[in-house]
Amino acid sequence: MFEFIHDTKLDWLYGGVLFLLLLSTVIGRILKARHRSDASRTTIDNLNARIRAWWKMAAIFAIAVISGRIGSLVLFAIISFLAMREYITLVPTRRADHRTLFWSFFVIMPLQYYLIGMQQFVLFAIMIPVLACIFIPPSIAVAGDTEHFLERASKIQFGIMVCVYSLSHVPALLSLNIPGFQGHDARLLFYLVIVDQMNDVLQYVWGKLIGKRKIAWRVSPNKTWEGFVGGALSATLIGTALWWATPFTPLQSAEISFMICVLGFSGGITMNAIKRDIGIKDFGVVVEGHGGILDRIDSLCFAAPIFFHLVRYFFVPWHF
Amino acid sequence: MSSAHIHPIANLLAAVARLISGVQVQWAGCEPDERQRIYFANHSSHLDFVVLWSALPSEIRAKTRPIAAKDYWEATPLRRYLANNVFHAVFLERGGASKSAHTDEHHFVGRHLMDAMADALGTENSLILFPEGTRGSGEKVGPFRSGLYHLAVRRPDVELVPAYLENLNRILPKGEFFPVPMLSLLTFGKPMCLGQDEDKDAFLERAREAVASLRRIGVA
Repeated sequence: MFEFIHDTKLDWLYGGVLFLLLLSTVIGRILKARHRSDASRTTIDNLNARIRAWWKMAAIFAIAVISGRIGSLVLFAIISFLAMREYITLVPTRRADHRTLFWSFFVIMPLQYYLIGMQQFVLFAIMIPVLACIFIPPSIAVAGDTEHFLERASKIQFGIMVCVYSLSHVPALLSLNIPGFQGHDARLLFYLVIVDQMNDVLQYVWGKLIGKRKIAWRVSPNKTWEGFVGGALSATLIGTALWWATPFTPLQSAEISFMICVLGFSGGITMNAIKRDIGIKDFGVVVEGHGGILDRIDSLCFAAPIFFHLVRYFFVPWHF
Repeated sequence: MSSAHIHPIANLLAAVARLISGVQVQWAGCEPDERQRIYFANHSSHLDFVVLWSALPSEIRAKTRPIAAKDYWEATPLRRYLANNVFHAVFLERGGASKSAHTDEHHFVGRHLMDAMADALGTENSLILFPEGTRGSGEKVGPFRSGLYHLAVRRPDVELVPAYLENLNRILPKGEFFPVPMLSLLTFGKPMCLGQDEDKDAFLERAREAVASLRRIGVA
């Protein structure tokens, strides 16, 4: 059931990621040895914690990608589950939402990933935005509690759209069947995740270095125009430089990377707004040790579906 | 029945309980210890006992027995089997009279029940007790019944450890069969004991507050 992927260009991508991880680990160590003031300490400890998390994420991700379509599908289904779990834990729901939540976790979520596994593109595309989003409000209404009804329905719809529907487009990339690119889809998955994560990191780094003008200080005190522009441009540069691993030309790769960066930023700032509204800093803080998955993937959730449909629209001939 | 005997499925069951409840355990007021203790906690879900039990290290878990409502745990063969062979539960009759907090001391805390609980403690066991006696909505901790007080009087050597189970009312609320796998928190507080000259009501209120004060998230 696991078709193992051998692909020289994929190996280069792995090598590149490994190199970046080693480089950042070394930089992290040097910074730690150099700076001893309390203020910079906190920033550097935070950076080193992020680097450790990247190592783990990269390892899990690499194993899943190597094990093929099923491996990626299982990995992203688990991530969806954990993210949705974090989201629902922290977003207030009411007693009457219980059964709808049960359906969301145990029927809608597995069905979505099953449809991707079966390569049912049309069904998979409408499963949550059409079927689930129509199912959720009446199923709450049946429970008989009208208090904050619209809010409750939207909270569940939004959670399942972001944590399940959007994220499920990442493993769906492996079923695209781009002419002349068959068997290399794993590189597309890698490309999306690398550009997206580098954009996160570089926006953070640029923001720390030269960030001044806040974009929306009440939502994200750390997001600045300098960080956004610097991060998006440098991540776009990385994405452009990776064109050889994709079916894109360098120019197309630049455009697509830039789009991933803008969408990644949108995801981050949207989830931040939700966190501020609930009154928490990270989805991980309240339940330490368990949390933080949603904080890591918020940008990916916004970039994945649009990346998927863009590639499908322009690079896969129409077929139903 | 040897209560220190570890049933083969006990660890598996504990792992499943931890997985469903995503429970994060905080020993805020004390450390896990094999000494005799009575863990008492708020009650809002059928999962409460299993989650608290699963959060204890396995060697302590093997010697920790729940005080369990007979009507619930004897209702199906599976529950009866688990209660008797895995959890080594101490059964308690919940009669019609115990429904009212006013009459409970006459019926609910019968002498035979106190004897059963004291026997269950023995010389090496610990107990898990939900002094509210019934599941609440999870919004606040209800008034405590007097069993905890009588146990404290009888066994002043046993530590009383308050605990707060958070979010389990959302994972498996009253009246639902299927759980929704959200994350939960379990906080153990500082051990307490009966004060000198402390009367029953004052002690029970102090114990209730000890549990309620461990609450951490506002989300309910």
